[in-house]
Amino acid sequence: MQNSTYAIETKDLAIFYGAFQAVGNVNLEIEHHKITAIIGPSGCGKSTVLRAFNRMNELIPSVSTKGVVLFNGHNIYERDVDPVEVRRHVGMVFQKPNPFPKSIYENIAWGARINGYTGNMDELVESALRGAALWDEVHDKLDQSGTSLSGGQQQRLCIARAIAVKPDIILMDEPCSALDPIATLRIEELMYDLAREYTIIIVTHNMQQAARVSDYTAFFSLSEDGKRTGQLMEYGDTKTIFTNPGRKITEDYITGRFG
Amino acid sequence: MSQAPSKFADASLQVNRRHVSGKLWLTIFQVATLIGVVALTVLLLTILNDSFGYVAVENKVDPDSLAVNGIPLDAQDKETLMQTLRANISAGLYARFERDQPFAERDAANVYALIQEFVISPRILESWTLYDSLFIREQISETLERDFPNAELQFRNWLSWNFVRAQQSSYPEIAGVRTAILGSLWTIGIAIAFSLPVGVGAAVYLQEYAQDNQINRIIQTNINNLAGVPSIIYGMLGLAIFVRAFGLFTSGIAFGAVDPATANGRTILSAGLTLGLLVLPLIIINAQEAIKAVPNSLREASFGLGATRWETIWAHVLPNALPGILTGSILAVSRAIGETAPLIVIGASTFIQVDPSGPFSKFTTLPIQIFQWTTRPQGAYHHLAAAASLVLLVMLLTLNATAILLRNRSRRSY
Ligand SMILES: Nc1ncnc2c1ncn2[C@@H]1O[C@H](COP(=O)(O)OP(=O)(O)OP(=O)(O)O)[C@@H](O)[C@H]1O
Ligand SMILES: [Mg+2]
Repeated sequence: MQNSTYAIETKDLAIFYGAFQAVGNVNLEIEHHKITAIIGPSGCGKSTVLRAFNRMNELIPSVSTKGVVLFNGHNIYERDVDPVEVRRHVGMVFQKPNPFPKSIYENIAWGARINGYTGNMDELVESALRGAALWDEVHDKLDQSGTSLSGGQQQRLCIARAIAVKPDIILMDEPCSALDPIATLRIEELMYDLAREYTIIIVTHNMQQAARVSDYTAFFSLSEDGKRTGQLMEYGDTKTIFTNPGRKITEDYITGRFG
Repeated sequence: MSQAPSKFADASLQVNRRHVSGKLWLTIFQVATLIGVVALTVLLLTILNDSFGYVAVENKVDPDSLAVNGIPLDAQDKETLMQTLRANISAGLYARFERDQPFAERDAANVYALIQEFVISPRILESWTLYDSLFIREQISETLERDFPNAELQFRNWLSWNFVRAQQSSYPEIAGVRTAILGSLWTIGIAIAFSLPVGVGAAVYLQEYAQDNQINRIIQTNINNLAGVPSIIYGMLGLAIFVRAFGLFTSGIAFGAVDPATANGRTILSAGLTLGLLVLPLIIINAQEAIKAVPNSLREASFGLGATRWETIWAHVLPNALPGILTGSILAVSRAIGETAPLIVIGASTFIQVDPSGPFSKFTTLPIQIFQWTTRPQGAYHHLAAAASLVLLVMLLTLNATAILLRNRSRRSY
């Protein structure tokens, strides 16, 4: 599928909740097999933008989306594109771990099964769990409920579940915000490994985390015209953004002098 | 604590006064609870009081005289019972029984019941409540000797196994509630078969598919209001729709299942559908609540994996909502079991001796049977009504216990 320069490319993306414009003017190019961090103050539209990449916003009835989101060069908002297909290629890990109240095995097998996987399910479950660095902890209790795991384990189960359907991109919306530092570290290590095979986009409030794990960083903030519309302020490779930001507002935010 | 240090003696807090008003409310709540408990106890005691007690019985034929070769009546097989019956009733009556239902098809219990009713023919001349039986035994004996010298005093358990097993009869001493129990089970079965799929389907549509627009809001409001419509109005509806308009189908004539000359729409099917309509709004609302309680994060997780809406509903929403749906439905259905008014409106039979054999049978139900017995002047019928109430209560409690069990077993954490 890697036939385009960018994994995701947005052109003049604008998203509305009813009449309220949450974000506008987003032009962003996400590189293949890199980790891109989205940072910015609360309410600036990070989650909204992230959910636009797999058309999850549509689950909220009032949302309307304008502009273009190219996935491998195809606009996923084209009329004839089925969001079900988009989400199969662009997986998602949510802020709060949300395993299905089914067995660990079923948590992983279900997504693969509905997407038509016909190979050896045991192998797939094992490789997905290994990929999410969870296998050693759960291999002897695959029939236990996914909800019986600890928070950090649950989140890794959600990652395993996402990679089991073999997406191209994994979106992560503050995946570590409900976890302790050690569990957070494990997920971060995991992201490194995953980036070899997947394009990862992560929303985070944790500056250190963004600096540690990401290759590129997008900084969003509210527009200064008082309309509270989120805007992409600065985008570039993480090192530059953190050591030599181009705009004052970025520097203020990163150094904690924001607001 | 009244001698507490001065910093705990801030008069402006008026702690004492606030505690007093708290205690007042507590007392009110306790009294309210007490009233409820007393009312329930009185209800139960009244029913129990009427379900047991002495009766003055006079048999036309002494059952002991019906023993054959030393085998008492209770222990005889079907053949012997048939001989006993034939020997003690007229040939014409015997032929009529044969016409009603060939003896070859009847079982021993059935023949035994015929002997009870037409040969032994016990008559209850007077009956007493449990309280009277326990505390004014002497008076009862005196009355017996004075008024009913030929009668025998028996302690009767109105709620006997025979009562549950026997058919309706015009003689209270052998009347039972089997027909009514079967009628209740049939109507409720049909009500569930109709309202559960329709109700859950509607709930899924309203909760998972319907957009939040004017039309759907009106539909929702109507459903909520329908849940509060008095049951008698559902009876009128059932009469107009199921009995009259669709009588051809509800009577079974359209399916060739019955004799068109005598059949009409006042059948178990009409009753079941009417009760189904009655509980439908409750089932929809309960199912909606259960579906609403499934956390959105599960739906998002499912959609995020590339699932369609239906896959999400089928694999995650419904399984997680199911215990709630079942609990709510059972509670709704247990309301329907006790319904009397709508069934009277659509024409339940008040006196019926044949067990319902299918959806096109005439029917009676437990509450209707109770209602009918309480309206009789003779005292014996009131004991029957009380015993039938206990049967109905047991049915209700069983259902409610099932609901509670389901709810407790499926408390899950997401
Ligand atoms: N379901 C919704 N309906 C209406 N408005 C919404 C909805 N979700 C978000 N918004 C609004 O859109 C704007 C952006 O929200 P979003 O959740 O994308 O912010 P965020 O950057 O992810 O914030 P946070 O860091 O707190 O998660 C906010 O002003 C918010 O109030
Ligand atoms: Mg967010």
